[in-house]
Amino acid sequence: MYRKKKMITLTIDSKQVTVPEGTTILEAARKIDIDIPTLCFLKEINEVGDCRMCLVEIEGVKGYKASCVYPVEEGLVVRTNTKDLIDTKRTILELLLSSHQKNCLTCVRSTNCRLQDLCRRFEIPDLEYEGQMPEADMDDSSECIVRNTAKCILCRRCVNVCKKVQGVSAIGNVNRGFNSKIGVALGMGMKDSTCVGCGQCVIHCPVGALVEKSNVGKLREALADKTKHVIIQTAPAVRATIGEEFGMPVGTLVTGKMVAALRRLGFDKIFDTDLGADMTIMEEATEFIERLNKGKNLPMITSCSSGWITFAEKFYPDLLNHLSSTKSPMEILGTLIKTYYAKKEGIDPKDIYSVALMPCSAKKAEIIRDELKLEGGIQAVDNVVTTREMARMLKEANIDLASLDDEEYDDPLGEATGAGHIFGTTGGVMEAALRSVSYILDGTEIKNVEFKQVRGTKGIKEAKINIAGKEHKIAVSQGLANASKILDEIREGKSPYSFVEIMTCPGGCINGGGQPIVDEYKASKIDVKALRAKALYKADKKAKHRKAHENQSVKKIYEDFIGKPNGKEAHRLLHTHYNKQEVYVEK
Amino acid sequence: MDIEKLNKIKDEYSKIIQKKRIMVCSGTGCTSSKSDVLLKNIQDKLEKDGIKNITAHKTGCFGFCAKGPIVVIDPDEIFYELVKPEDANDIVEAVINNKVVERLLVKENEKYVEKWHKLNFYSKQERIALKNCGKINPEKIEEYIALDGYQALYKALHMSRDEVIDVILNSGIRGRGGAGFPTGKKWKFAKEAKGDVKYVCCNADEGDPGAFMDRSILEGDPNAVLEAMAIAGYAIGAKQGYIYVRAEYPIAVKRLNIAIEQAKKLGLLGKNIFGKKFDFNIELRLGAGAFVCGEETALMNSIEGKRGEPRPRPPFPAVKGLFGKPTLLNNVETYANIPNIILKGANWYKSIGTKTSTGTKVFALGGNITNVGLVEVPMGTTLREIVYDIGGGIPEGKKFKAAQMGGPSGGCVPAKYLDVPIDYDSLNEIGAMMGSGGLIVMDDSKCMVDIAKFFLEFTVDESCGKCPPCRIGTKRMLEILTRITEGKGKDGDIEKLERLASNIKKASLCGLGQTAPNPVLSTLKYFRDEYEAHIYHKKCPAGVCKALTQVHIDEEKCKKCGICAKNCPVGAIEGQVGKVTFKINQDKCIKCGVCITKCPFKAISK
Repeated sequence: MYRKKKMITLTIDSKQVTVPEGTTILEAARKIDIDIPTLCFLKEINEVGDCRMCLVEIEGVKGYKASCVYPVEEGLVVRTNTKDLIDTKRTILELLLSSHQKNCLTCVRSTNCRLQDLCRRFEIPDLEYEGQMPEADMDDSSECIVRNTAKCILCRRCVNVCKKVQGVSAIGNVNRGFNSKIGVALGMGMKDSTCVGCGQCVIHCPVGALVEKSNVGKLREALADKTKHVIIQTAPAVRATIGEEFGMPVGTLVTGKMVAALRRLGFDKIFDTDLGADMTIMEEATEFIERLNKGKNLPMITSCSSGWITFAEKFYPDLLNHLSSTKSPMEILGTLIKTYYAKKEGIDPKDIYSVALMPCSAKKAEIIRDELKLEGGIQAVDNVVTTREMARMLKEANIDLASLDDEEYDDPLGEATGAGHIFGTTGGVMEAALRSVSYILDGTEIKNVEFKQVRGTKGIKEAKINIAGKEHKIAVSQGLANASKILDEIREGKSPYSFVEIMTCPGGCINGGGQPIVDEYKASKIDVKALRAKALYKADKKAKHRKAHENQSVKKIYEDFIGKPNGKEAHRLLHTHYNKQEVYVEK
Repeated sequence: MDIEKLNKIKDEYSKIIQKKRIMVCSGTGCTSSKSDVLLKNIQDKLEKDGIKNITAHKTGCFGFCAKGPIVVIDPDEIFYELVKPEDANDIVEAVINNKVVERLLVKENEKYVEKWHKLNFYSKQERIALKNCGKINPEKIEEYIALDGYQALYKALHMSRDEVIDVILNSGIRGRGGAGFPTGKKWKFAKEAKGDVKYVCCNADEGDPGAFMDRSILEGDPNAVLEAMAIAGYAIGAKQGYIYVRAEYPIAVKRLNIAIEQAKKLGLLGKNIFGKKFDFNIELRLGAGAFVCGEETALMNSIEGKRGEPRPRPPFPAVKGLFGKPTLLNNVETYANIPNIILKGANWYKSIGTKTSTGTKVFALGGNITNVGLVEVPMGTTLREIVYDIGGGIPEGKKFKAAQMGGPSGGCVPAKYLDVPIDYDSLNEIGAMMGSGGLIVMDDSKCMVDIAKFFLEFTVDESCGKCPPCRIGTKRMLEILTRITEGKGKDGDIEKLERLASNIKKASLCGLGQTAPNPVLSTLKYFRDEYEAHIYHKKCPAGVCKALTQVHIDEEKCKKCGICAKNCPVGAIEGQVGKVTFKINQDKCIKCGVCITKCPFKAISK
């Protein structure tokens, strides 16, 4: 039964605040806009009191206490800013600096670094405690993520995001004392770990210890190479976020500006991954209907989130037959670029350099999968750059995205529907599929295209839908730890679902590992995921067509090139398969 | 098990333990000096001679470890020191003939002392926690029962839970593991905490260098801890106990296992103990050697199979402890006092010690002291009494300089406080702490900067690495101390140390970090001049820090014998035998001190 929480009143820095029982002092302070400094705090994920930056003085309580883990009590009198507290925190910062690789001028996180911010706030006069540096690792074995522990401040946000949100536990604490560091079990590299490349660790790292593996250099070269036809495709979620990197508010939709900016940078063609998403729906929905008819390999699980694919191959190899064999929208578009488009334009696919602008670090590993190689062993996508990397490239090329006028995608792979747009948020793939499944089954057009039950921030969302007069239960999950709950049920043969959408990242691609990094304090004041999702729903609402099967370009591609969804040619070009990956999984 | 049965065992074994028995210390110290071979030799001799009315047994630590292996002949309490396996025959012969092996007796003031309680070492001691050590065979629960064992549990089970807690509260006993938190309060919090499942834990992760009282209690009287834990379980409403014991204590682990098995067999652990609706079981968990696992929350993490590192408090273990359940945690020595407190009452316990620190405390006496060992004295005994009356003073006629009390978390106590009565509060006032009772005596040949460095090295090694003040701060302090001892100290170093120390104490997450700077702060407080001599005059007054020490040959005393030059390992001494006085080349000298010890004329000094 719902019980109203008791309200507690306390005083922080001479100001009274009333909050529900169970709130921490830190959150109570934030409610009255007192920004107690933090480094390790991450709500519900990393509430550990490790970094000691949020220490406060509580009247009548011995010693300073970490406010991020101290629950409020009636009548507490708290000080956050005494001279002595400030000096203590300055000392902590000096100590952190003394064991931190201070190459801030060349650090990718410079100006968006929590440690740098705090050092500025606390005016560190001098580096007083320089000394031996702890043992450090530089691990660039993964295709997706680079770890440099010399910059790590051991806040453990990455460890707990990986463990609690993703259920992956690829990294943890190794060694003790001064030589403590974050590492992979048995001294292995990330490549050999359970890591799925999602990059949630990267976007939660307060410093520059975790970054995406950059392939920007190769892209610069390709753009400068006159013999290459350089094409970029843009993922659904990037249009809702890249504006942030240019000072625009969170949740600003910048599709047209983004296209304009990419054109300025020199791409020969700018295509939309959303078209690939629409085709994904055509294939996946058809596949789903086939499975329903045969009653085989149900529930079917979506397969566009590449972190999830790796997760399935590493943690649930026995359930690979549940995954839809449809390629991801990025790979479908990449394939179309090097087959359909190349043929149409009479370009040798080998002369095409196919780039994908993605909200995701895991996609960097997806493009090199053997299972996805095209005829002649070529890759459908040659390079993946993240939202953050592209923003940096635009800046170095003197392009201020925010000030540009809108431009349009190029033909013939630039048209998308609202269904494709919402792929970028949790529930979007499911919603897009539901808009088309009846049509694909028997040509019925549904009237209400908005499936609100599958939208929103809940970890696992369920809905009942009617397909051909039969009721089916479906589920949508975000964050791999949530996915595991559904997968365990499937493994035990107890799953009530017919169709499941799994997104690797909480919130879906709008909160992917390649997206702009929002400072934790700022993020505590706004709902970043909801605002970004809203931008995509806005794009959906104003789209000319909102169902994937209404995409005229897609129709034409099927007519001219592929034939039928799930047909022979479709299977050759638009579908893939999965293989078990052997890793050591901690039980 | 019922009380009649318990009393029957008690009666039977009281008689047995009053017979002629040869008790051989089988603690870790004496065992490493072959007391196990000695015991076997004695038993073989008894068997060979067909003697039935005299028996030989292993027993717990007598505390007089400097004199081990120790053998006591009961019931006459004849005390033999430094006994070797080959002394077995003489001892047995003497017991048979009601005689004494004089050469094995302790000699005090030129006289042999026969009985152990007459020895100066024991004269000011009062053994409560160690009461059964040396008296019973710790591998026989019946002998523990003979000395009132498990009577306290019976008594407690016939009191209300609040009454039991009241006795503990009123006794005034405080935690013997470190911080000195009132034990009764802890029990009360744990009892009052809401929860279907609760746990009782015993902290046997004794990590202070030099401290071994917990080990000795577990080795000599494991049942006392089991009984106390069962009483605690009843009082707070727990059914399960865990003893977190160091894996480096194999004898203690073995005896605990034996004790648990025997207690289970007799129904003193298990279901419906003494016919009451009270079940209690105990399991061991072995620690892997991390000092920080002695910190209560780190210990619980370790029991849960997680990385041994502390958690923030609140929530306190009494509310949310092991496996998220209300948990009571006390250390071994605290538990060892409980059965006696229940049996004899709070007032009896309160009558011992001081007003705010009741009862006794066991200290592990070590360092530059004649009688190295374990001593148990009433709270309020002075350091002078412990060092000189019990400890026999400083060897080689050297002077007392300071005592490090409370291990690496404690502080050093200088000579001017020799007469301060030792209790929790007085030690805190002078910048030391009770800690687990490590007491390391230092004579005037010790360099206090070097000592502070030594203890800090330990904490730097043992920091878990969770919070930055401890992880990085202690390391930076150590670096400063190291450069001071290497003659590279700079103006401002003392102030830097003080600022770091004060902030590490304030900002660290757990007790390890919060107390790590204590050895530096206390030596800075009492021996600041030594720090200054190192930094500003580039001298180590005690002659310990090699970089700051020079070895000289007194020309007037030198007889040109050349022995020094012959023994110098690096050829740093030049001269001509019989002709030219010898001189030390300071560039080559490694300050090993060999020449000083070899010179027959005491012509060389630092």
